[in-house]
Amino acid sequence: MELTGAPTKAGTAKRVAWAVAKTLLRAVSLVLAATLVAFVLVSLSPVDPVQQYVLGADAVSAEQREAIADYWGLDDPPVQRYLNWLGALLRGDMGTSLLYRQPVAAVIAQRFMNTLALMLTAWVFSGLIGFALGCLMGMWQGSWADGILRRLCLALSSVPTFWLGMVFLLVFAVGLGWFPVGFSGPIGMADGDVTLWQRLHHLALPALTLCFVSFAGVALHTRQKLVDVLQTDYVLFARARGAGRWHILKRHGLRNIALPAVTLQFAAFAELFGGSILAENVFSYPGLGSAVAAAGLNSDVPLLLGITLVSTLFVFTGNLVANILTRVVDPRTRVNGA
Amino acid sequence: MDINAAPLLEVDGLWVRFGRTRGRFAQGQLEAIRDLSLTVRAGEIVAVVGASGAGKSLLAQAVMGLLPTGATMGGALRYKGQPLTPKRQRQLRGREMALVPQAITWLDPLMRVGPQVRGGDNRPQQAERQRAVFARLGLAPQTERLYPFQLSGGMARRVLLSTAVIGTAQLLIADEPTPGMAPGQAAEALGILRQLAHDGRGVLLITHDLELAVRFAGSIVVFYAGTTVEEALAADFAAGPAALRHPYSQALWRALPQNGFEATAGSQPHAGTPLPGCLYAPRCPLMTAACTQQNPPLRALRGGMVRCIHAT
Repeated sequence: MELTGAPTKAGTAKRVAWAVAKTLLRAVSLVLAATLVAFVLVSLSPVDPVQQYVLGADAVSAEQREAIADYWGLDDPPVQRYLNWLGALLRGDMGTSLLYRQPVAAVIAQRFMNTLALMLTAWVFSGLIGFALGCLMGMWQGSWADGILRRLCLALSSVPTFWLGMVFLLVFAVGLGWFPVGFSGPIGMADGDVTLWQRLHHLALPALTLCFVSFAGVALHTRQKLVDVLQTDYVLFARARGAGRWHILKRHGLRNIALPAVTLQFAAFAELFGGSILAENVFSYPGLGSAVAAAGLNSDVPLLLGITLVSTLFVFTGNLVANILTRVVDPRTRVNGA
Repeated sequence: MDINAAPLLEVDGLWVRFGRTRGRFAQGQLEAIRDLSLTVRAGEIVAVVGASGAGKSLLAQAVMGLLPTGATMGGALRYKGQPLTPKRQRQLRGREMALVPQAITWLDPLMRVGPQVRGGDNRPQQAERQRAVFARLGLAPQTERLYPFQLSGGMARRVLLSTAVIGTAQLLIADEPTPGMAPGQAAEALGILRQLAHDGRGVLLITHDLELAVRFAGSIVVFYAGTTVEEALAADFAAGPAALRHPYSQALWRALPQNGFEATAGSQPHAGTPLPGCLYAPRCPLMTAACTQQNPPLRALRGGMVRCIHAT
């Protein structure tokens, strides 16, 4: 941090260029590493993609199987196959999904919107509810209400997503019949005919599940952060100057906990993605999460690598936004020169 | 100092205890302050001098009503003659009684300095007052736009003091306002406090620095192991050990570098270690069998107060 004199314009431009280059380098190496790991894992899988492909069709001869394997390049050595995929990717071709028999890019594009709607809903609500609840718990830290809420949050954040999803499914869809049991629209209806209301109705339960497993963590984190802030010298001093509870929360509390909370929320994209895989499978929701599970189980290498690529970039973007926010919003890292 | 001025703050027989749990069921009490008495009048600086761990900071928190949870207190606190109840403490905090912040950590790191000094008051008069105070303390006008981390040490000290100057508080409590400062800086900070006392405010200065206390305070309360052992005029300390009453005060005087730099053997008993007699007895050159019987009461002697049966 420079405290004396403003940095020159050229210096700033150079620093920004260097930062962008470093970020790009990181993104590329991360994508390479993630797709490589996914590829190695799926190569070790005992599932034979040709067997999955011809499933149910008994009349496929050994020669025909050989032809399919040859057409997909399955007989090439693994290194060759990975490099082939990488080369095609550089030409803008993500390959064709063996499972859906469509270009991978098309499958992802179609499903990404569903997943995005699901994650965004859960992300916004878990953030807002968790933050508000955390503030209340922190302000009345040590009270009986805080004790009960804290235990509830701990219990909720220990509950597996798929289990909570099944409970919600049993209670709200099967038992009470308030929500459909699965999919993103009514069964048998063409995708174009599904109304917005029907989409939201189908989105509600998976989003609620995702929201429930993540807001508890946000609340506990916010609570701890606020408790820390309330023990600082500057809050003691504010109290000595006659400030009340709400005044302190408004003036010092929010100011000091908002930034870490927002940062954490962006950095939580990875957990959100992991949770959505489980939630989408429980609710048969046609998003990236259910597609990646299907791709893994059927050894659909192009689709698996494609989704790995997209989700890695998604999580990377979340973390990048968190980093940039920290640098831009916090005056201690933003202000250059007095 | 005007002896006849009505007292602002009277502390009479104050004690502060902490409940603590020993093992699973056995409950114990830790007595951090016992039988502390002092008086602060308008226009004077009263210094409470004692070693670290004597419970000095708890005194400030007890007067302000900001004791940490788990602490209980007793004894009489009076402000302008009226008892200081928790409700009254809430009403007076920041209006009549103010704490002088100790260090830069007492300011919110994410808030500009100007609005912090102004407190929650957003009226334009308050902003003008803040600018006037900054000017009086020699702070440049643009200082109000800075964040705490951008302040230099000297600027920070003045900004901290400005929070006390801007308010209307009659009683200022400064808890260790000078640690880590060079002698010149500490003198500058205390000089500002003395100006405030000249303006008619009462200042309770809590410090471990006897030398500064003698230079700036009117009277000095010597604090040992959570209790008052002597109340003397600062002039008595300036005069030397013969003018002092308690053996601990005399030992403090002799420990000053210019008076021989003599350390006394032993150390202050831990808070909560129950001693039946005088708390200073184990280190005292005047100790007799009578000293270990009971803690002597505070008594008047030569215009001051002392807690010692041998003092003459």
